[in-house]
Amino acid sequence: MSGPSSLPTTVAAGTPQQAEAAQSQVQEMTYAEAIREALREEMRRDPRVFLMGEDIGIYGGAFGVTYGLIDEFGEERVRDTPISEAALAGCAIGAALTGMRPVAEFQFSDFMAIGMDQIVNQGAKLRFMFGGKAQVPVVFRAPLGSGTGAAAQHSQSLEAWFAHVPGLKVVLPSTPADVKGLLLSAIRDPNPVIFLEHKLLYRYKGPVPRGEWTIPIGQAEVKRPGKDLTIIALSIMVPRALAVAARLAEEGIEAEVVDPRTLRPLDEETLIASARKTGRVLIVHEAVLTGGFGGEIAARIASSEAFYYLDAPILRLGGAETPIPYNRTLERRATPQEEDIYQAARRLLQRRPL
Amino acid sequence: MSEAVPALSPEQMRSLLQTMYRIRAFEEKVDELFMRGEVHGTTHLSIGEEATAAGALQALRPDDYITSTHRGHGHCISKGADLKLMMAELLGKETGYCRGRGGSMHIADVASGNLGANGVVGGGIPIATGVGLSIKMQGLDRVCLCFFGDGAANEGTFHESLNLASIWDLPVIFLCENNQYGMSMAVRKAMRCETIAQRAVAYGIPGERVDGNDVFAVYEAVSRAAARARSGQGPTLIEAVTYRYKGHSKSDQNRYRTRDEIRAWQERDPIKRLTAYLREHSLMTQEEIEREEAAAYQAIEEAYQFALASPEPDPDSLLEGVYA
Ligand SMILES: Cc1ncc(C[n+]2csc(CCOP(=O)(O)OP(=O)(O)O)c2C)c(N)n1
Ligand SMILES: [Mg+2]
Repeated sequence: MSGPSSLPTTVAAGTPQQAEAAQSQVQEMTYAEAIREALREEMRRDPRVFLMGEDIGIYGGAFGVTYGLIDEFGEERVRDTPISEAALAGCAIGAALTGMRPVAEFQFSDFMAIGMDQIVNQGAKLRFMFGGKAQVPVVFRAPLGSGTGAAAQHSQSLEAWFAHVPGLKVVLPSTPADVKGLLLSAIRDPNPVIFLEHKLLYRYKGPVPRGEWTIPIGQAEVKRPGKDLTIIALSIMVPRALAVAARLAEEGIEAEVVDPRTLRPLDEETLIASARKTGRVLIVHEAVLTGGFGGEIAARIASSEAFYYLDAPILRLGGAETPIPYNRTLERRATPQEEDIYQAARRLLQRRPL
Repeated sequence: MSEAVPALSPEQMRSLLQTMYRIRAFEEKVDELFMRGEVHGTTHLSIGEEATAAGALQALRPDDYITSTHRGHGHCISKGADLKLMMAELLGKETGYCRGRGGSMHIADVASGNLGANGVVGGGIPIATGVGLSIKMQGLDRVCLCFFGDGAANEGTFHESLNLASIWDLPVIFLCENNQYGMSMAVRKAMRCETIAQRAVAYGIPGERVDGNDVFAVYEAVSRAAARARSGQGPTLIEAVTYRYKGHSKSDQNRYRTRDEIRAWQERDPIKRLTAYLREHSLMTQEEIEREEAAAYQAIEEAYQFALASPEPDPDSLLEGVYA
């Protein structure tokens, strides 16, 4: 991880002894392990928390995220479901409505389409329709994104669908520390939270604080400070943007990389402040550009006071207007890669100040 | 009516009659308010189906849960709802069960275990299944009664949920109100099976078909299913055969059925059958029955007056209740 980390300040500050103590509580682990640790810690802490999903027990889930949890918590709390996504979603909502804290895993976020009625028309709206007299504290976890050759029905980035629905919260963590801290917050949140994990991130490693470590939902983070341009990146695009920022730094350009982390609610203050500071904004996500969440971010910045500080039009980089192809080359072409981000950043810098 | 003497006290029978009269009076009032344009949106009346709701809820305890449907006023009243708060909800008032945000199709009272009507056909079935899971995991002595229509029995959620509830032995009672039609689609056209109850075989659970206009038969079937659920033996599918007299919703022209058919079902009216039973067994006199009926209409009128006098929600409160 480069740039300011999401780690507690105690790691850096305090006496050497304190720093050492804090350091020992931070462990290098993968994104997938960080999710598992969050689930394990929360299940130990709160007996209402349980997991349900397809093949999450002995098998450990399609991406191995829940591997081993069944050994500690048993099949009651790590619950394998049949291949029934509508029932999975609705069942989790019903349990949440009546006192449990379910974490439901969709094997692929694409299959949330099958549970969409339950998520959008039921879970997101029950509280509102019931006059604020109910709570639906459920988390829907799902892997999203391309890059694994899984083709059109297993590779989409549909976060904008969910971000369009009042009543839902939408989180896309990009680092192991963030995924743990945000998952703990998501489970404790009294609202339905859509928790989207990029498949390629599962193997990324980074320092993760042990034990209690939460990150508030709705807080963006500047992953790397800079003054020449802002790159607002979502999910897998965060590490790519950071790599590009490192390359630009060698060329004497200081890019600021900002990760919104949560789309709904959106921390627009942090985004606007960065846009105002650098005057140049590049927004990058893997989701198809048309209707992608980048449009929303661009609109928020353009309609804020940051508008007057912009030295160039806001640039958006997103997925091509196509389903994700199987072919490896085509698949890479369909979504922004490091080189695309670099070129876009360069283009943005070339534009003449207004 | 069922030949066997029902396991109900005379007071319980009178209470059933009261509930059924209240449902009918409520629905007639709503019908009238719609005609007069005092209630907007849409509504689905359950006149003719009162025995199913009343009989089913009589078999449950106050702390049991229900999930309801778009045709849910009867379920709500049978669950013991306050008529005033119900009527206020239909009029969109701040004092309504859902502060006027839900209306007829989303009326709920979570505190009393009514987990809501539903605007999506079959939408409540997975939720009820999850409630069953919640009950089981918390080790509670409760059941969840899931109402749905014959039309909903052809939604994927029905199949997914019954299977899930079955493999996990969840304390859920799936009660299908087969009123012969899903909007205009006759059951016999919508499915090849003879009955909906027989689908239970596919999920390895008991399925039972009862006369849904016989309040005692419904009571007994639901009592059996509740006992099964409470003893950890899992879900039951019950098909209550009944009929709605009014159109599907207010826009219905009744083109898909005949007057004769409606009349034939009215001969088997659930309230008439209960009052006949009560008279024949000298449990209530005609005069007492009429007093019960008048009291129901009176209660509905009071509820309406309460709703009329209630404040509208403050427009500035628009965003309240979206998030907890
Ligand atoms: C998923 C869905 N499809 C269609 C509708 C429109 N619709 C509302 S009620 C209804 C008929 C439902 O029939 P049934 O389940 O038998 O219940 P009934 O109205 O007879 O009580 C239809 C088609 C809907 N609300 N939701
Ligand atoms: Mg029907």
